[in-house]
Amino acid sequence: MYRYDQYDQQIVDARVEEFRDQVKRRIAGHMTEDQFKPLRLKNGLYLQLHAYMLRIAIPYGTLSSAQLRMLAHVARTYDRGYGHFTTRQNIQYHWIKLEQVPDILADLATVQLHGIQTSGESIRNISADQYAGAADDEIADPRPWAELLRQVTTFHPEFSYLPRKFKFALTAAPGDRAAIRWHDVGLRLVRNEAGEDGFEIYAGGGMGRTPFIAELIRPFCPADKLFSYCQAILRVWNRHARRDNIHKQRMKILVHDLGVEEFTRQVEEEYAHIATLGTDPPRAEFDRIAAYFTPPPFETGLPDEIDRSDPDFALWVDRQVAGHKAPGYAIANISLKAIGGIGGDITAEQMDVVADLAERYSFDELRVTHAQNLVLPHVRKADLYAIWQALVAAGLADVNLDLVTDIIACPGLDYCSLANARSIPVAQKIAQRFADLDRQQDLGELKIKISGCINACGHHHAGHIGILGVDRKGTENYQLLLGGSGAEDTTLAKITGPGFDEDGVVDAVEKAIETYRTLRTPEERFLDTYRRVGMEPFKEAIYG
Amino acid sequence: MKLLTGNDLKTGAVTWWTGRGWSIHIEDAADVGDEGDAIALAEEGARRVNGPVVIDAEQTPEGPRPAHIKHRIRALGPTVRPDLTLKPADPNLGSWVI
Repeated sequence: MYRYDQYDQQIVDARVEEFRDQVKRRIAGHMTEDQFKPLRLKNGLYLQLHAYMLRIAIPYGTLSSAQLRMLAHVARTYDRGYGHFTTRQNIQYHWIKLEQVPDILADLATVQLHGIQTSGESIRNISADQYAGAADDEIADPRPWAELLRQVTTFHPEFSYLPRKFKFALTAAPGDRAAIRWHDVGLRLVRNEAGEDGFEIYAGGGMGRTPFIAELIRPFCPADKLFSYCQAILRVWNRHARRDNIHKQRMKILVHDLGVEEFTRQVEEEYAHIATLGTDPPRAEFDRIAAYFTPPPFETGLPDEIDRSDPDFALWVDRQVAGHKAPGYAIANISLKAIGGIGGDITAEQMDVVADLAERYSFDELRVTHAQNLVLPHVRKADLYAIWQALVAAGLADVNLDLVTDIIACPGLDYCSLANARSIPVAQKIAQRFADLDRQQDLGELKIKISGCINACGHHHAGHIGILGVDRKGTENYQLLLGGSGAEDTTLAKITGPGFDEDGVVDAVEKAIETYRTLRTPEERFLDTYRRVGMEPFKEAIYG
Repeated sequence: MKLLTGNDLKTGAVTWWTGRGWSIHIEDAADVGDEGDAIALAEEGARRVNGPVVIDAEQTPEGPRPAHIKHRIRALGPTVRPDLTLKPADPNLGSWVI
């Protein structure tokens, strides 16, 4: 994985000291909150319901063991012993003291982590397929391109005062594990018939109060022109964005208002101009970065067989382990969705366990997923049993990847100042209702996503079953949606009808699922059945 | 009744105006009547509070209870982590908040 050079480290260290001075001046009264707020947001520091909240960027979801141990140290030393992995592959802490933030950032900088561009009107942390570099279905590791984009855009003056936040996601696989079409720009690394690498470029996606699915605006952009093409996209948005209306500033609104054809025409025109300026980094710079992503020294001749004599282990393998590009290796998914727990939360002690496992068994590397789980990307199949035993001891061996209890949920009104309703208790009640593993397995892939407000951090628009918490005259109310997807078959979920109270929406979810069980044909997922039969049978079961 | 609440500038902790100063315990909160905005202005200027806001509440035998669930959650802590609330051993915590 990428390691900072002296320039990277200088940039981050300088930012820490700059923010230390800003915090000092704020506490001393030399700055008002209105003056300080944009500065703290540039370092990922929010003020939430109970305290300050600090969000740390995890570029393309990749962490080293040392970095995870540092995140455990922050949880233990400065917070309340835990952290929360988010739906953008970041981590956030909800009990932070302002006066300690400079020390936290200084500690994080020692392992090349920071909170830069995790908030505010900036290019946010670039997210990626959590299996990148390990997946058996990708054409190449896309993360060097993500790192290149990260480096070129960080503190780039043209992108320092964007109209609104801007999100990239990328993958190099046909199966979309990164929800790329739900981002401002989604990138898929592809290879043409001449064997050249390039990107499919999707633009104008996003969730929030006005959800749009990104459209393909370029089927093949040569990889070494990636930055200049993205620069053209950002430039067109920057030129026309509705800076007068916060609800219309995101690029998806512009793409929708102009129409994808006109937006694309303007991007291509701008790209033709930028191409004359030579803004793309030289190939040598990409090669320098790519060298950090050289595949680990995989052993050869390893057995592919897994001893499945322990039935509990076999269940875990069948659900949590994915295929790897190297023979004898596997990808191990670690669930952070214990029944009755809080999705995405992990204690400092559990972080240390996972860090140890990554160091010992996964070439010192792990991943964070947008579904709020963790991944050991490169493990020998022969080591899976030992890994599983350690996870069992740490309370991290739940078997539910992509099942009904693997629920994405935002922090909701339990933590977030923007939320209208609590998300976590709804997720907990649904998980408890469907806790029986046989029932979960029988239902198959079923993705429930819950947001506590219209900002959609819980991705409810993309849920096979989505739940949106709203405030109805001071009372929590929950709208139910069906039919969304964040995968390669991206679709926007539709609202079923009137909302429910907390227990009511759990009952409604069960009715929808039972309707699926009744109507499904063999091999059909919930989403497939919904698409085949439509909304009506579900509405009838839920409201009839 | 009206309560004045905000977050402590240095720690971010939720605080309530008591009539003389700030407390993290809502039981200490005082009815600010029509004075809330003026107190907020002065206290924010003195850097003793961040983001002060006047909210509606009702007086109950147990003390002031904010009208909106958001401020009841702020008053005690996350409903999903009773161990992290100000009253981790209170069995009536849930019914007070919800």
